[in-house]
Amino acid sequence: MEKEILRKELKVSAIENGTVIDHIPSGSVFQVIKILNLTEYQNQLLIATNLDSQKMGKKGIIKVSNKFFKSDEINKIALFAPTATLIIIKNFEVVEKKKVEVPDYAENIVKCFNPNCITNNEEITTRFTVIDKADLKLRCHYCEKITARKNIAFR
Amino acid sequence: MKNKSLVSINDFTREEHIRILELAGAFEKRPKQRILEDYVVATLFFEPSTRTRLSFESAATRLGARVIGFSDSSSSSVTKGETLRDTILTVSNYCDIIVMRHPKEGSARFASEVAKVPVINAGDGANQHPTQTLLDLYSIRKTQGSLDNLNVAFVGDLKYGRTVHSLVQALCNYNTTFHLVSPLELKLPSAVKMSIKERNLEYYQSTDLQDVIQKVDILYMTRIQKERFADPLDYEKVKNAYVLRNNMLINAKPNLKILHPLPRVNEITSDVDDNPMAYYFTQALNGVFVRQALLASILGVVE
Ligand SMILES: [Zn+2]
Repeated sequence: MEKEILRKELKVSAIENGTVIDHIPSGSVFQVIKILNLTEYQNQLLIATNLDSQKMGKKGIIKVSNKFFKSDEINKIALFAPTATLIIIKNFEVVEKKKVEVPDYAENIVKCFNPNCITNNEEITTRFTVIDKADLKLRCHYCEKITARKNIAFR
Repeated sequence: MKNKSLVSINDFTREEHIRILELAGAFEKRPKQRILEDYVVATLFFEPSTRTRLSFESAATRLGARVIGFSDSSSSSVTKGETLRDTILTVSNYCDIIVMRHPKEGSARFASEVAKVPVINAGDGANQHPTQTLLDLYSIRKTQGSLDNLNVAFVGDLKYGRTVHSLVQALCNYNTTFHLVSPLELKLPSAVKMSIKERNLEYYQSTDLQDVIQKVDILYMTRIQKERFADPLDYEKVKNAYVLRNNMLINAKPNLKILHPLPRVNEITSDVDDNPMAYYFTQALNGVFVRQALLASILGVVE
C-alpha cells in the first residue's frame, strides 16, 4: 500500500536524478531542509508535508534533483527525523534505498539544552557526542550535560 | 602532563592523578621551592571565589612565579562586552598558564581550545572543579594510606553539588563502596550514579546519617541550601537531619575522617572541630600542595 502511494507520487512529480528523502515526521520537514542547506538550493526541489502514511500517520517527503548526499551529511537529519528513508534516483529509476543512521557526533546542528552552557552565551560551534543512539542522548563537549530527545532543538 | 590543560577530572588518567598526588606530597614536605621563577601565571576569575584564587596564588607564589589577573569580571574588560575568546587570546600572550573560573559551564573547555597556553579549570559554573577533586583525593589518600577499597559516605546535597559529582566519578577508579545519604529531593543524579553502576561498584542510598557513620572511612559532608527546595516547608523538615554533631561519632571507626569542601554553615557543629576525625581545615590547606603539583607538572619543570 505504502509502496503504491510512493510510486504514484514519484510518477506525479518524479525526478530524473537525485535523492528522495521519505518518511520524514511532518513536523521536521523544514528542519531537514535547513540542516541540509537546501533553503538556497538552485535546482528543482519538491517538498510535501502532512501526506497520509500507513506507518506514520502523517509524513513529509523531500525530493532533491541532481543531488547525492555524502553519508555524514545526510545522517545529520537522523537527529530530527530518525524514521527518514533515502531513495537514490538515477534516470527515473530507484538505484538504492536506505535508512538514515544516527551519527556518532553532531557538530553545529543541535543547540545545547543547558541555558548556562557557554555555547548559548557566545558564538561557538556546538559539539556533541551521541552517547545513546536508540534513545538519542547527546553529551555536550563543553558543559558535559546531556541533551535528550525531547529537548533536542535545531541551532 | 606538560602543556596539558586540566578542564575535567577525566582529562587526566588514574596514573596521572596518582602522579599529581605524589608530587603534592613532595610539596607538602618542601612547600617553598623557587622552580617557577621564570614563569607568569594568570588567574582569571570571571566570578569571585576568594578561597580558590588565594589557594592558586599562594601555590604559584611559593614556587617563585609571578601572578597576574583579575579577581572578578567587573574590574576587567569583560564588563565592556569583550568575548571570552578575545580575553583568552589576549591573556595567553602575557602568561605561561591560565587558571580560570567562570560562571558558564563549558567555558574552561572552550578557553583551553582557544588559548595558546595550558588552562587549569578553577570551576566552570555547576560543571567541573577538578582541582577540588584532586585535593579531596589527596586528603583521602593521605589519611587512609590508599585510595583503594574504601567506604565513603557522601552526605547532604548530592543533587546539585558538583564537588560530590566529580569526586564520586574519580573514586569509581578505586573500587570504592559508596554510601549516599541525602533527603529524597537531593539524591545523586542518575547520570552520576551511572558511573558507579558501570563499574559494578557497591552503593547504598539512605536518608539516615547516624546509621551510616560506623560503616565508613570517609564522611564527606556538604551543605544543604534552602534555595534548592521548591517548598520552604520541605527544607525545614530536613535541615536538621543532616547536621553532624560530635556525639554522633562515638561508634565511628578510628580511622574515620570528616571532609567538607567549605565554606561550612551549620552542617557540622563546632564541637566536632576539636575531634581528631575533623579534617576539613587541613583538607583546604592540602589544596595549595595539589595546585603546586599541577602548576609545576603542567609547566614541565617536574616530570
Ligand atoms: Zn552545553
